[in-house]
Amino acid sequence: MQDLSNSDCIVIQGSNMAECHPVAYQWVTEARLKGAKVIHIDPRFTRTSATADKHIPIRAGSDVVLLGAVINHILANDLYFKEYVVSYTNAATIVSDDFRDTEDLEGLFSGYDDQKGSYSQDTWAYATDDGSGDDSAGALGTIGGPAAQHEDGEVASDRAAGHEHGSGGPPLEHARVKRDETLQDPNTVFQILKRHYARYTPEMVRDTCGISVDDFAYLAKAVTENSGRERTTAFVYAVGWTQHTLGAQFIRTAAIVQLLLGNMGRPGGGIMALRGHASIQGSTDIPTLYNILPGYLAMPVAGLHDTWDDYIAAIGSKQQKGFWANADTYAVSFMKSWWGEKATAANSWAYDYLPRLSGAHGTYQTTMAMLDDEVEGYFLLGQNPAVGSAHGRMQRLAMSHLKWLVVRDFAMIESATFWKDGPEIATGELVTEDIDTEVFFLPAAAHTEKSGSFTQTQRMLQWHHQAVTPKGDCRSELQFFHELGQRLRALLADSTDERDRPLLDLTWDYPVDEHGEPDAEAVLAEINGYHLTGDQAGQPLSSFTQMKADGSTSGGCWIYTGVYAGGVNQAANRKPGREQNLTALEWGWAWPANRRILYNRASADPEGNPWSERKKYVWWDADEGRWTGNDVPDFPVTKAPSYRPEPGTGGPDGLAGDDPFIMQADGKGWLFTPKGMLDGPLPSHYEPQESPVRNPLYAQQSNPARKVFPRKDNLWSPSGGEPGSDVYPFVFTTYRLTEHHTAGGMSRWLPYLSELQPEFFCEISPELAQERGLTNGGWATIVSARTAIEARVMVTERMTPLMISGHTVHQIGLPYHWGVGNSAVVSGDAANDLLGVALDPNVQIQESKAGSCDIQPGRRPTGEALLRLVAEYQSRSGTTTETGNQLRTGHPASTPDTMGG
Amino acid sequence: MDFWRNQLSGPTNPSVDAAWKDGEPRKGFFTDTSICIGCKACEVACKEWNAIPEDGLDMLSQSYDNTGALGASTWRHVAFVEQSSDRIEQARESGRRLVELGMPSLRSREGSDAVGAPGGSPLGTAATMPQTNGSLAVADVPALPDMRWLMSSDVCKHCTHAACLDVCPTGSLFRSEFGTVVVQDDICNGCGYCVAACPFGVIERRKGDEGHENGKQSHGISIRGSSSASVVDATTSTTQSVGSAHAANSGFANNGEVKNVGIAQKCTLCYDRLGDGQTPACAQACPTTSIKFGDLADMRAAAQERVAQLHGQGFTEARLYGADPNDGVGGTGSVFLLLDEPEVYGLPPDPRVTTADLPDMFRKAGYAALTMMAMAAAAFVRRRP
Repeated sequence: MQDLSNSDCIVIQGSNMAECHPVAYQWVTEARLKGAKVIHIDPRFTRTSATADKHIPIRAGSDVVLLGAVINHILANDLYFKEYVVSYTNAATIVSDDFRDTEDLEGLFSGYDDQKGSYSQDTWAYATDDGSGDDSAGALGTIGGPAAQHEDGEVASDRAAGHEHGSGGPPLEHARVKRDETLQDPNTVFQILKRHYARYTPEMVRDTCGISVDDFAYLAKAVTENSGRERTTAFVYAVGWTQHTLGAQFIRTAAIVQLLLGNMGRPGGGIMALRGHASIQGSTDIPTLYNILPGYLAMPVAGLHDTWDDYIAAIGSKQQKGFWANADTYAVSFMKSWWGEKATAANSWAYDYLPRLSGAHGTYQTTMAMLDDEVEGYFLLGQNPAVGSAHGRMQRLAMSHLKWLVVRDFAMIESATFWKDGPEIATGELVTEDIDTEVFFLPAAAHTEKSGSFTQTQRMLQWHHQAVTPKGDCRSELQFFHELGQRLRALLADSTDERDRPLLDLTWDYPVDEHGEPDAEAVLAEINGYHLTGDQAGQPLSSFTQMKADGSTSGGCWIYTGVYAGGVNQAANRKPGREQNLTALEWGWAWPANRRILYNRASADPEGNPWSERKKYVWWDADEGRWTGNDVPDFPVTKAPSYRPEPGTGGPDGLAGDDPFIMQADGKGWLFTPKGMLDGPLPSHYEPQESPVRNPLYAQQSNPARKVFPRKDNLWSPSGGEPGSDVYPFVFTTYRLTEHHTAGGMSRWLPYLSELQPEFFCEISPELAQERGLTNGGWATIVSARTAIEARVMVTERMTPLMISGHTVHQIGLPYHWGVGNSAVVSGDAANDLLGVALDPNVQIQESKAGSCDIQPGRRPTGEALLRLVAEYQSRSGTTTETGNQLRTGHPASTPDTMGG
Repeated sequence: MDFWRNQLSGPTNPSVDAAWKDGEPRKGFFTDTSICIGCKACEVACKEWNAIPEDGLDMLSQSYDNTGALGASTWRHVAFVEQSSDRIEQARESGRRLVELGMPSLRSREGSDAVGAPGGSPLGTAATMPQTNGSLAVADVPALPDMRWLMSSDVCKHCTHAACLDVCPTGSLFRSEFGTVVVQDDICNGCGYCVAACPFGVIERRKGDEGHENGKQSHGISIRGSSSASVVDATTSTTQSVGSAHAANSGFANNGEVKNVGIAQKCTLCYDRLGDGQTPACAQACPTTSIKFGDLADMRAAAQERVAQLHGQGFTEARLYGADPNDGVGGTGSVFLLLDEPEVYGLPPDPRVTTADLPDMFRKAGYAALTMMAMAAAAFVRRRP
């Protein structure tokens, strides 16, 4: 994070960093004081824009066009970092002859399956010289995935396979690729890239994003002039990029820019993903997600990974390059940490104790299953879906179908009280007496009342010590789950049912203090892992490279191994910054191996020398015969830059001395993704699920692989000038303010924060205020195809109407912190109620940053009249369950089965 | 003569004047609004540390400012000002003129030793331009943006000549060994003279629940005692209130009373923290170091350096406020770098301590008295036949 202060140019896009990450923003401030240029690209002029050198307003959801045009600018003007691109990326790698680009197929890549609404990725694969040999599956002469070969896109999407790439790229069966280092072969990634982005021009940016040609030139000049040997540019994003049906591809576009400019793995470079809470990074590393296991190990899929060998073969191949080739050691150590002695080679490490995925079970699918009475109980831990999740009405109605609901939070949040004071009680859709849900509220301890770690945005674990004991009935999550487990095990102690074995055989023996609070360091030690046998038995592992696949090591999360090295809680390291260099290796502990900049081998040239004195970071010390520098080298430490493995060598040994991307299956940075991205190997612009604009680039309007849910309670505005789209003519986008925390559970109950932003408001331009008769400080009613809400009006020049292909597009800003209830210090309508549910296929994230709405002066109707208003709008727009849910557009003949599920 | 004069106005060391023998170096703030991000952490940290009640839940519809002004229950206030490019141009021009007058700080009586040596133009200070490493040199005159959003955290000025202190009849207000001005809430009798005297409108008497439409002012913040002894550090402040909030919800004892109703209240520059060698809560919480704290001499120097740097980059709208010991209050203990006229931020352009006019008033009163005596005498003289 502090490395941002080394940047010469920082582009903040899809993030309002100053408001949402004010503490981290100090490093942007520092960079700027040192002369860096800071550019903020956002629909709104925010507190970030106010402290940037330049703000460029953009239409929400059009980011791929802007960054695609930057790629085109770089390629067309030969501004890429040639030596870096040729040596460190897959630019020179040759892709299968069968690959067809969106330019050839009117906005689709080859491999699209109309019936399934998803891609098969086999035509995107790398070409290989190999004969058919071990290349038994997939298209002839291409490199598929290991074991599972070319997995079907629909299945991969159901398990939101994108999450598995949280610590490295997807596996390939091997890395014997064909390359043309001159970059001239028409099938090289480089040439494909050039063709793909040829139509992403400054004029296309003007007509799609609403950004002037001059502003585009400013951006393109700033990032290219501030990249190269001497200078580096960083990108910063947050959920303004991720929460779109094309979210993962937004980030991929920035990755391509940064690889072309040679900014990855270097000081002041990179792409900084700002996470939304104190430990959201931690909650994907050690996931609270349905589809991955700790350390980004995939969750096994029923029918696909029926045996341990199937599973291991699918998560990493011994023939691929890099450290994912050792996935078997991570997986066995993980199984040993969960089931200890009960996990043996004979029972495949208790593989059958692990659940198998039968389909998509993300939060939105679960919500819909609740509505179908398929879910009995629900735990909410620091989560307030009645306010914080998309389509609040669907969330609340769904919870009213539960038999029981447990809410663990600091206060009586709206998700705990919707049954008596929620909006649906007011409209008469729910009647308190008719709701059978039993709601348990369990007060939670705050972070100063318990010990534990946060893993922040930079993958750094920072320990916090308990300062005071929790008051009253407040308990830590650790204590709650520990005790819940003990009670369940006690209940089942005499069970002979096989299905209870996974629970009964769990290692569940943590020391507790006099208040029953388990020792959090004991949990950290278990996560770190230790030797089970040999003369080091019982001693903590110091690195994941010590993990074995023979059951002699245990470790709960391989990427965290080292955090308890030497039996010391490294996350608690707190040597002040002034007593060490800027990298500050003795403050906290960052995975993997306390490395602060990933892939930092790329900060040196192919020969191992720093690219420049100014950007020196990690380099090869020829005299010592090892990598050294300001950080922990992210490379086998004694592997010389000149090293070249025998062709076909897999694993870390297969990495050449100039393969810096050691978690990628071929050791290179991927400009083109032959595997892993479910909606295309290259980012292409598609419009949001709801958009007033017709896609100017392709006949295909929206992401053809997105997940849609055609339901009567999930209607969409007609898009792109279709009949009825003028009923919801404006774009809205949701966001957070500095003064509040997400759905308000940690801020709206606090008077000191509530008084700073007491009421829900909408931000609109003076032009829109004029057009609709809205006044500053007055009220407005905002209507989407789902519901209508009211907000106080803030008229501000910080909102700019954009000219898109000759039409004015107004954007409305909606902070989403407020909710309807009687318990908080301040309350108000919830912006997220306006949203519908449509998901990105890679990680199943909802599109909450762009939608269509109308706005009218005055307060909304109450009671049943509110429902009538919403219905009247729906009827006027002519929306049906079909609207917006055709995955493939521009081809009237095909109407695929679009059921998400 | 100067010494006596400076007891009323002009440069002086107030803690020495207040008879602190081994006074600490005078402490103060330098608030650099050019790097303020408007996060309001200063407002919250201040309230947490000093246990100040919530001050109204009204939306003011003034950009992102729902605090409004400094007062008895608001000791830090972040102003938000939205401006379009014509106003920015004016600010740049007015700042440039100040420099040409040799006065990047405001309303100096006798010029100042500030930046921009005599006749200094932005180019004249270019020597302080930061290194930009090559091709991308900063333009001399930065392009005018379409708009800007000014944010500035206001606070008590801790004036060299503090009118509030001078008029206080009870001795409740006193000058600390750090040169700051502090109210003793157990001595104040609520007379309110200080409220009228403060040229900045900083100090006020605390109202009770009246005037708070949304019910009780404190919203469950228990303010029974006189201090927030349990708070360890500003960094733990959020949690402290989390604790109180769920305490309120879990039905823990809580009187919810507002303390010090009717008593004059203002920033103490965290007198209790300074005594322990700590930084005031607001400066401690500021993530971008927009609020700097230290010896006032260092703060003034840092302010001069920063304004010179900005002018060197062509940002001539930058100017200092309160940095000039020759201004109407003898300079303030809270120095600000502003990017426009002080009025834009709600600050008085030419604050004057009431005592500054005392000699003149005495002189005039003296003349009047003499005149009256002379007239009276004359009357007698005339009567004499």
